[in-house]
Amino acid sequence: MFAFLYNPDRFMAFSRWGAPLFGVLAVLLGAAGLWLDFAAPPDYQQGYTIHIMFIHVPASMLSLFVYLCLGVASFLGLVFRQPLAEAAARAAAPLGAGLTFLALITGSLWGKPMWGTWWVWDARLTSELVLLLFYLGYMALQAAIDDEARAARACAILALVGVVNLPIVVFSVDWWNTLHQGSTLFAKGGPAMAPVYLPPFFLMILAYTSAFGSLWLVRIRGEVWRRRANVLAVRAAR
Amino acid sequence: MSGFGVLFRRELALSWGKGGGPLLAVSFYAAMATLLPLATGPAPDKLAIVAPGSAWLALALASLLSLERLFERDYEDGALDLLSLGSTPLEAVAFAKCLAQWITTGAPLALAAPIASIALGASPSLSGLIAFTALVGGLGFSFCGGIGAALSIGSRRGGVLIAVIVLPLFAPPVIFGAGAIEAYAAGLDWKTGLLLLSAYSLAAVGLGPFAMAAACRNALS
Repeated sequence: MFAFLYNPDRFMAFSRWGAPLFGVLAVLLGAAGLWLDFAAPPDYQQGYTIHIMFIHVPASMLSLFVYLCLGVASFLGLVFRQPLAEAAARAAAPLGAGLTFLALITGSLWGKPMWGTWWVWDARLTSELVLLLFYLGYMALQAAIDDEARAARACAILALVGVVNLPIVVFSVDWWNTLHQGSTLFAKGGPAMAPVYLPPFFLMILAYTSAFGSLWLVRIRGEVWRRRANVLAVRAAR
Repeated sequence: MSGFGVLFRRELALSWGKGGGPLLAVSFYAAMATLLPLATGPAPDKLAIVAPGSAWLALALASLLSLERLFERDYEDGALDLLSLGSTPLEAVAFAKCLAQWITTGAPLALAAPIASIALGASPSLSGLIAFTALVGGLGFSFCGGIGAALSIGSRRGGVLIAVIVLPLFAPPVIFGAGAIEAYAAGLDWKTGLLLLSAYSLAAVGLGPFAMAAACRNALS
């Protein structure tokens, strides 16, 4: 699927235009989404705090999606020994950690007026927190091993273990405690969200996705440049 | 005697004798159980509520202790290189290591767990279940922990790194184990938690060695 991107030169040629393109797209979609959001009337129950939803829910969706990207990139890097996939996995982790952190912070800010508390040990909050711990462990392992190729493969193994373990964590904390409202978007019998909020909501999800795409490409490009610089430095030192 | 048998006896002797073995883990466990009433206050009714859960928390932390030496020792003195060249596959080596780890630290901890829980005020009728869940959970802790130990071979700060990597993996067994005990104490259905805990531990036993062997090969490459 991504075969044409395996070649670093072709990837650099693609991402040179792709990264700014996604960035502009993210800004446009985000601006449209926020404009529609603030044009919509306040929620009849939640009042103006409904605006937090447009920041919070896409961040939490993306935090899981990024882990999926990390897992796929790790798999490609580990099994097919694709250096570019290793770079992609390495580049995705801090972005995922940032999105997870954003989801937790905005959720906490939303929880205070709605549930009357900053934090509850509810299933979905806890699995998001465990996800953050996964990202942090991944980044810690990466930083602790000096040899880059070895660090990349060790991290790939950890990411794959995490991919297996994450659904179990989600199931276990679900079994443990559930208070969070269920998904309103993928509810039975269509979305349970007021129709006026749906367009800005989808726009925000798309905006987050393209922002992630843009930042990811930029970070992978940075990885590629850094490796080339390392090679040149080694060559110059001879 | 087969290669695996010899290896298993070696691991058993090493983890029983060197580096404190079961005594270290049980002492750490006792110290954790002592600190708990000091931190929460000694009121028996308050302690009794958290006793089974905190027994499980201490168990998870105590089983982290000896993980650092699990692969690092053999890596440093070159034994891991020899083991990787031998006819016994690295998967079996990892399996033997974790099994020995479980027998020498997990089993003594499982015996200590009901004593600590009763001292903290849990009902003595829970003892059997606490010991059994600790034994089954310890198996999962050993094999999940082994993955963290194998991944951090040769890194600069082994112990803390293993804890950061492994603690998310410890979340499900802690939930299932403590949940089963809590349900039993409340007279609810406790078998579900126990079965889920056993399933997690068995999956760790089945899949963990492959991840560990891959991590060892990577560290030796």
